[in-house]
Amino acid sequence: MQQIIYFITKNSTKLLFLLLLVVSLYLTVQTHSYHQSQMLHSANFVSGTIYEKTNSITEYLHLKDENNRLAEENAKMKQILYNSQLIIDSTFAVNPEIRFAQDYKLFNAKIIKNSYFKKENYLTIKGGKVNGIKKDMGVINSKGVIGIVENVSKNYATVQSILNTHTKIGAKVSNTNHFGTITWDGKNAGYVQLMDIPKLAALRKGDSIVTGGISTIFPENVPVGLVDKVFTSKNSNFYTISVRLFNDMTNISSVYLIEHVHIKEITELEEQTVSDE
Amino acid sequence: MNNTTILNTFRFIVLVFFQVTVFNNIHFFGFVTPYPYILFILLYPLNTNRHLFLIFSFLLGLILDIFNNSGGVHTTACITLAFVRENLLKMAFGYSYEFHMMRITDKFSSELVTYVVTSVLIHHTLLISLEVFNFNFILEILLRIVTSSAFTIILIFLIIGLIKSPRK
Repeated sequence: MQQIIYFITKNSTKLLFLLLLVVSLYLTVQTHSYHQSQMLHSANFVSGTIYEKTNSITEYLHLKDENNRLAEENAKMKQILYNSQLIIDSTFAVNPEIRFAQDYKLFNAKIIKNSYFKKENYLTIKGGKVNGIKKDMGVINSKGVIGIVENVSKNYATVQSILNTHTKIGAKVSNTNHFGTITWDGKNAGYVQLMDIPKLAALRKGDSIVTGGISTIFPENVPVGLVDKVFTSKNSNFYTISVRLFNDMTNISSVYLIEHVHIKEITELEEQTVSDE
Repeated sequence: MNNTTILNTFRFIVLVFFQVTVFNNIHFFGFVTPYPYILFILLYPLNTNRHLFLIFSFLLGLILDIFNNSGGVHTTACITLAFVRENLLKMAFGYSYEFHMMRITDKFSSELVTYVVTSVLIHHTLLISLEVFNFNFILEILLRIVTSSAFTIILIFLIIGLIKSPRK
């Protein structure tokens, strides 16, 4: 017993180092493993406030781009509005019995910390539980998909970027029903990879890729990018497609968050189905 | 609370603040990022409690990891550097360290250069390889270690030059 105590006191620094090393390696491995939220993340009060403050200074540099983007989006919205079959004016009374299917709810938020040069990129946004933001909500902007909400605190949230080697988003070739999965190989921040599109699909460079609408995270037809290169392999029946993102992920500031209103019902139903088998 | 404690606390806060708000946003050529915050570990007083030193280094790394959403990569690199610092000092400064006859930033000597360069290389090698954590990117890892280390070393010498107390 005495010898044990002697050993501990003699090597106390080494033991403390080993203890701290185990803790930090655990944290490291934990972030690199898929399907696990981070234990420590920047959606907390202190780092959130600091990022918010620094962002309020730097956001002036991008105001012009952001204005253009909003104007473009407004024009697009107006186009949809004026061309819609349902003409909304005072002489046309919408039958109150007609209820449009309201599956999705949108929130807006501002990015206060962006990251795009790592292999596992996360964004921090201003907006948390108080604003109704929940885990696994889809994050988009007017140009396309940005990511999926990962951790939420009271006032802030972290978003797993589309530029994250763990991210998998269901997507399809626009106007067809060939579904695949969007992943990122960690190399170029302007391009993502679309896997598992069967070789039967007729593809051309410049075809647009949109979300598939299979999952409850993103609605159908949210733009992702354009087909840039198509790789074929003799060993597989599937294409690997390099997709050029519509978004410049290095320069984004305002985003929308999408909530599927019936997500609880759907997941409950799915869980029930699995447990019945 | 004496002068050294206040100075080190101040150094800790200032280095973390500038690392998070300024240096983390520098990406030369898209991948070269300097990490001069390890100056806190390099300049920590020489003859002090090693346990406290390890714990402070742990906290330093942890705070940066929280800000960067990077799990524990900064923490691992920081505590390893803190743990081997004594050996690095012995290696670089030799006798003058063992007899506590020197301050680290006394003058720009070849000893100081050896000390800073080896420390930065150890820290960055661990940091970047753990951050990428994928052998498919081995070339990118090596490139980033070399370029980021060079950048950090230059910055560290600039900062030492700036904060060095002026001589009479």
